[in-house]
Amino acid sequence: MRRVVITGRGTVNPLGADVPSTLAAMADGTCAIGTLTCQDADRLSIQIGAEVRGFEPAAHFDKPQLGLLDRFAQFALVAAREAMTDAAITLTPDRTAVIMGTSGGGFGTQNDAYRAVFQDGKSRVHPFTVPRLMANAAASHISMGIGVTGPTYTVSTACASSNHAIGQAYQMIASGMVEAALAGGAEAMLSFGGIKAWEGLRVLSPTGCRPFCSTRDGMVQGEGAAVFVLEDRDAALARGATVYAEITGFGMTSDARDIVMPSQHGAEAAMRRALGNTAPQSVGYINAHGTGTRANDQIEVAAIRAVFGDHADHLLVSSTKSMHGHLIGAAGAVELLGCLMALDGTVPPTVGVADQDAACDLDVVAGSARATQIDMVLSNAFAFGGLNAVLALARPT
Amino acid sequence: MANVDTTKTMIAILAEQAVLEPTDVALTDTLDALGIDSMGLVEVIFSIEEAFEISVPFNANAPEDSPFDISTVATMIAAVDQLRRAQG
Repeated sequence: MRRVVITGRGTVNPLGADVPSTLAAMADGTCAIGTLTCQDADRLSIQIGAEVRGFEPAAHFDKPQLGLLDRFAQFALVAAREAMTDAAITLTPDRTAVIMGTSGGGFGTQNDAYRAVFQDGKSRVHPFTVPRLMANAAASHISMGIGVTGPTYTVSTACASSNHAIGQAYQMIASGMVEAALAGGAEAMLSFGGIKAWEGLRVLSPTGCRPFCSTRDGMVQGEGAAVFVLEDRDAALARGATVYAEITGFGMTSDARDIVMPSQHGAEAAMRRALGNTAPQSVGYINAHGTGTRANDQIEVAAIRAVFGDHADHLLVSSTKSMHGHLIGAAGAVELLGCLMALDGTVPPTVGVADQDAACDLDVVAGSARATQIDMVLSNAFAFGGLNAVLALARPT
Repeated sequence: MANVDTTKTMIAILAEQAVLEPTDVALTDTLDALGIDSMGLVEVIFSIEEAFEISVPFNANAPEDSPFDISTVATMIAAVDQLRRAQG
């Protein structure tokens, strides 16, 4: 098996319009959650979210392009461009993959089209409604924009989409199927219809995202994208690339139990598979799924304790969702930036923890970032549907 | 005393969710006794909001903090009555 490294990073998310500003915001413990500004927000019961503010599509795309791009695809393309510039790589088109995660795809396009025909009584929708809303639009536009002709597709596993996408890209390179890949996730569901649907489940917080806090009262939605360039380690070293991390493992499992309630067993099994033969003691940081719901945080902490035993008290665990919200299909991708930051010596915090829940008694890096040497990290993603995907990464050597 | 319409409609909503006859739903029953789990409760609250055209304050992350008391069928009926008066 070949070894796989990350050599390019790109993002647009509530914390920043690119990687440097995002990392700075994470290091500062910035919270990007605010009042939702979508149309008819006054008719929502939940009026907070982590929006990407100040994003000017016209600054990135010309008019013909914009007609074809939903907001989620715009985020994906801008992130992919930054990742390619960062990696400074010349790709072999047919030996490169593009694998993107998303849950809602072009949800905003659907929202607008339904509004037009159902509410406004229009008899037609925009002619490009279908190519804009399709879930594979982001992956396809990246492949077209960069000229990648290898395996290109979308993974849709709700909150685990990005980790599944990045994990599959890792496996493709490790197995020799491709030499390099662009992988990540994109999401843009902060529209009236998107929030209304989530409201129904009664799991959204009206007050904020406070993972591991005794007063936590649910999750807060976010939007954005992150894309990474993955490549064969030997090739990266040969061309003198900057290596941010090595992906050392990927574990995926299914709870096979409940469509929304998480299971400790499934989460544990995914972490164990991601670790493989690596000693659990080498893990210094876990980027938790940490949604801020009552059920997730408690079960995730119990799963971490079960996997790591006594070492659970010697590792750091944080949920950056407290800062950028829950990006659903893009969550794992944006959170991977927090993992790379940790491997670079700064562990991102969990902000908003006023009173830590006794049932979440791990070092959750509450309040502000912490400088420390971390050799290995896990990034957890546990999705609705009971689908778990965990990435293991190591500091480059 | 609970509004007669509220009681009748509430019993019907809970019976339908529990797949029981309305006559099998007692005012002292808990959701557990009716076999209604957390997902079933979310559907019950949706049905209540639709039937009475009210908004029920309820967060599944903190059910015990909710002003909507779900302890028994009777407390739910009382809570719905109160919401109907407040929002009617």
